[in-house]
Amino acid sequence: MIKLEHISKTFRVGKNKIEALKDVSLEVNKGEIFGVIGFSGAGKSTLIRCINLLERPTNGKVFVEDRNVLTLNKKDLRKLRRKIGMIFQGYNLLETATVYENIATPLRLEGVPKDEIKQRAEKYLDIVGLTDRRNAFPSQLSGGQKQRVAIARALAHEPEILLSDEATSALDPNTTDAILELLLRVNKELGITIFLITHELNVIQRICDRVAVMENGKVVEQGSVVDVFTRPQQAMTKRFISNEAKFAIPAQLRGELLKTGKLVKLTFLGESSKDPVLATLAKQFDVLPSIIAGGIDQLKDQSVGNLLVHIKGDQSKVETAVKFLHEQDVLVEEVNA
Amino acid sequence: MAGFLNEWGGSIWDAFIQTTQMTLISLAFSILIGLPLGVLLVLTRRNGQWDNPIAFTIVNSLINVIRSIPFIILLFFLLPFTKSVVGTTIGVKGVIVPLVVACAPYIARLLETAMLEVSKGVIEAYQSMGISTPKIIWHVIIREARSSIILGLTIAIIGLIGETAMAGFVGAGGLGDLAYQFGYVRFQPDVMYAVIIILIIIVQIVQSVGNLIARRLKKN
Ligand SMILES: Nc1ncnc2c1ncn2[C@@H]1O[C@H](COP(=O)(O)OP(=O)(O)OP(=O)(O)O)[C@@H](O)[C@H]1O
Ligand SMILES: [Mg+2]
Repeated sequence: MIKLEHISKTFRVGKNKIEALKDVSLEVNKGEIFGVIGFSGAGKSTLIRCINLLERPTNGKVFVEDRNVLTLNKKDLRKLRRKIGMIFQGYNLLETATVYENIATPLRLEGVPKDEIKQRAEKYLDIVGLTDRRNAFPSQLSGGQKQRVAIARALAHEPEILLSDEATSALDPNTTDAILELLLRVNKELGITIFLITHELNVIQRICDRVAVMENGKVVEQGSVVDVFTRPQQAMTKRFISNEAKFAIPAQLRGELLKTGKLVKLTFLGESSKDPVLATLAKQFDVLPSIIAGGIDQLKDQSVGNLLVHIKGDQSKVETAVKFLHEQDVLVEEVNA
Repeated sequence: MAGFLNEWGGSIWDAFIQTTQMTLISLAFSILIGLPLGVLLVLTRRNGQWDNPIAFTIVNSLINVIRSIPFIILLFFLLPFTKSVVGTTIGVKGVIVPLVVACAPYIARLLETAMLEVSKGVIEAYQSMGISTPKIIWHVIIREARSSIILGLTIAIIGLIGETAMAGFVGAGGLGDLAYQFGYVRFQPDVMYAVIIILIIIVQIVQSVGNLIARRLKKN
């Protein structure tokens, strides 16, 4: 659906060159939600803006539905852009227009027939749940409501792709959840492919199928959300997941626990969470596993359990126990001092 | 009072009409010229949609140069130009040209300022929806800036009213000229006071109406 091939983008500011993107390649499949995560300045916005050419890449190729967008003339580019909706962190609504006008105005400027404008505006107002606020001005709405208007405005073009540049970054957690829920519905019910960028892990976990992790203008890791988050390869990805931080235990306690056994971090995926691994451990290997910390991350269509376990016992027994764990359908990571 | 009105009412009314004419006609032409110039400034500036340093520098400096010349000097300096454009240098016709030359750059500047205040994000959102630049200028930028534009135009109108006072030098009449001719040259201070009061009232009304419209248009 979207294919970026060896994209690079260099900004010139006076004499300085800023390499915002360095040889980025990725592909977004039809119907999926693809997320790009990275810290501020990683080049995420630049990347997403290269898709609809709000920013022209310095090098590389951009394909949308197999069309090379860099070769399109102005008119065809405008046509293509109508099939690619975009929402932003700052909502970007007309302050002088009502909710309804904000949705209808772009359609009017595109020459959509009057009755169709009305019908589409009403349909999407209903989908985002703002029919009763149709005559309000943006200044009278909450952030979440404004983002809903922006989503309705984008959907009213009946696009095949929706680009989202940090759409939830300015919202509180509850509102974020509601907007993510809406995006998920848009994806499932309307079949719209979503490409989103964010610096919030939660956004990726909740709704994305696949993810790319960006650092300093490069994609350092990409794959399915489950893979990337259960088996992160890059330090950057690990920093995002920072399971370590979730299971942060005071250094002193950790020292004591390590004296009497081993600390392991276990990650259970979907099915494997049902096997009684720890009980087996105690029974078969004569060791004493105890749970220090634990939690469940809900991903888009499966859950991931995390446990920090202390395994107490004779050193040799503990080691065979850990070996056994490695053979099971769980991911094991030993925590050292 | 009745005597004063009988004696001066007619001349004051005529002067009022002249001032109104001069102001409105030159305002209309100034907008006609200032609007495209203002849009040009916004478009050709760095990172604007038509980023063009040469065009920007030319328009920008031209505006600065004209705006630094006091109106009274412009009035005389432009005499030959005025003559070639409207065929005369006197009367209402003769004063419109210098008024427009003075006011159009001001309007270009105020439009530029107002339009630059419009959030880049909204413009970008409309670009991302495949809307053409001319439509964005009119339906997004000018629309969003309209409240500031009205406030700026209000100031321009008040400035124009002041400048028309100097129109007397080219025999265009108007309230300022009346106050000067009778109040100063022939020493009839009551005429001068009456004109001043009328000018104050006009300026108050213009400003209040401007504020009201600006507030209405803002709607947020
Ligand atoms: N128009 C521009 N001119 C010059 N430099 C730019 C421009 N746009 C972005 N950059 C630079 O490119 C780099 C990447 O910026 P970008 O906005 O893509 O980052 P980001 O990952 O979206 O960050 P954030 O999470 O803060 O939005 C930054 O160093 C930024 O300063
Ligand atoms: Mg960004």
